[in-house]
Amino acid sequence: MKKHIVDLKIVANDKLGDKHILMKLTSDVPLPEMRPGQFVEVRVDHSASTFLRRPISINYVDKEKNELWLLIQVVGEGTRQLATMEVGDKLNLVLPLGNGFSDPQPQQKTLLLIGGGVGVAPLLQLGNYLKQKGFQPMFLLGARTHKDLLLMHEFEKVGRVLVTTEDGTAGEKGFVTNHSILTTEKIDKIYSCGPTPMMKAVASFASKSGIDCEVSLENKMACGLGACLCCVTETKEGHKCVCSDGPVFNIKDLTWQI
Amino acid sequence: MADLSVNIGGLQMQNPVMTASGTFGYGEEYADFMDISKIGGIIVKGTTLNHREGNPYPRMAETPSGMLNCVGLQNKGVDYFIEHIYPRIRGIKTNMIVNVSGACVDDYVATAEKINALEDIPAIELNISCPNVKQGGMAFGTTCAGAESVVSAVRKAYKKVLIVKLSPNVTNIAEIAKSVEAAGADSVSLINTLMGMAIDAERMTPVLSTITGGLSGPCVKPVALRMVWQVSKAVKIPVVGLGGIMNATDAIEFFLAGASAIEVGTANFIDPAVTMKIISGINDYLDRKGFKSVKEIVGALMV
Repeated sequence: MKKHIVDLKIVANDKLGDKHILMKLTSDVPLPEMRPGQFVEVRVDHSASTFLRRPISINYVDKEKNELWLLIQVVGEGTRQLATMEVGDKLNLVLPLGNGFSDPQPQQKTLLLIGGGVGVAPLLQLGNYLKQKGFQPMFLLGARTHKDLLLMHEFEKVGRVLVTTEDGTAGEKGFVTNHSILTTEKIDKIYSCGPTPMMKAVASFASKSGIDCEVSLENKMACGLGACLCCVTETKEGHKCVCSDGPVFNIKDLTWQI
Repeated sequence: MADLSVNIGGLQMQNPVMTASGTFGYGEEYADFMDISKIGGIIVKGTTLNHREGNPYPRMAETPSGMLNCVGLQNKGVDYFIEHIYPRIRGIKTNMIVNVSGACVDDYVATAEKINALEDIPAIELNISCPNVKQGGMAFGTTCAGAESVVSAVRKAYKKVLIVKLSPNVTNIAEIAKSVEAAGADSVSLINTLMGMAIDAERMTPVLSTITGGLSGPCVKPVALRMVWQVSKAVKIPVVGLGGIMNATDAIEFFLAGASAIEVGTANFIDPAVTMKIISGINDYLDRKGFKSVKEIVGALMV
């Protein structure tokens, strides 16, 4: 998929709770093709301490409105700066980057998309994509508390949404890997994105249950293009770049001790 | 339109802008963004005799106006390069230059010999300055004797253009440059990264897996300019300047300090097409100032 350097215009930059923003961007020309699970590298202007671009996963592409959505957790100076940007401002992006999630096999009918925290971001685009392909994706989303659940109404438009919260304020109490769906239904494929401990727990469950499982990793990146070799992860074939060989890996290719 | 062509120790280049090793992959990674054959030279990822996995993650830390890395020369070795990568990149119509590194003199020589046989690689950049490997690398580049031993051995084995990349982590870089010149180098390039480190105060740990790493980006530019200035006064061979070049003005500063060509490194991460902007910006500067050739501003600093 051809990569582009583009200036996009911000059409919305909304706060979701106190830690996240949902930024919607558009262009005068049609946005390039992007696969679910791919990401963009955002240039952060007007920040004294931010030097490198910030990798942000593609949350959703609205083809009718020609909009790209980015769901961003405000964690440091770069993302704080992004949160202050206003409607009408321009943002420079390199996109689309990385490999993205792979299509399910035809016999894989029950697809569970497991997300935690801001890691739910790419699952919205993935769910929409799978639905368009005729699948019925199911979401299992985890958070500390009900206030941390993000874009619930958007996920509910796409498919069945199951929830766990650590404090029990929404859905089942506990972690995603404790949810009853995992023992009551036969799952054919899991796609997961979230904090590494969560993804490792999901991968452990999938591995023990013999379920095909893809995870989306997030390592610190510089180039985003597979040139600098900074963001590597251990795989069975040695170090691979999370930015260009990933960010999505099948757990059978990783060396996780699960 | 000014004449941008330069000659670096026998290497003819359409313009004086190259990409620094380790920041531009094998060129292909950037081909979506521009016609990479318009770049004066592409210096590909550091290549060693044997496969190297490089250092563990984390390998990168963002710093004020720059970054640290400790990649550690991850590459699949020279034979893999020759068999799998060279056939893909040999047709790129510009100077494809291989950066060569090693743990001992014999490794450097063996790797350089193999590259010497490749018809479409007109030059190597000998890396005697990598701060991120345990053996070899910078160890050769920090003493005059070490630098001379590896460069003279490679010089005997390598018949094409030999550029030697110098470390800034030394007391007197001009002395090292003179030794390298005496050993038969056609050109020197400088600077490689500066040794540095980053600390996570909350976790009370180093950020990089190897504790220390190499600093690059605009924060190193003043050091690089100073060293290019000193080296260009000390040697007769052409100097290739690099270190924090983000735009055409930065590049011009290096020419004025005495560089005959420049390399763009970390800036490729921020703007993948920055080399094109730098080439046209150099031309604009020369036109505006009434210079016919970029060669006219090499070492033209008025002091």
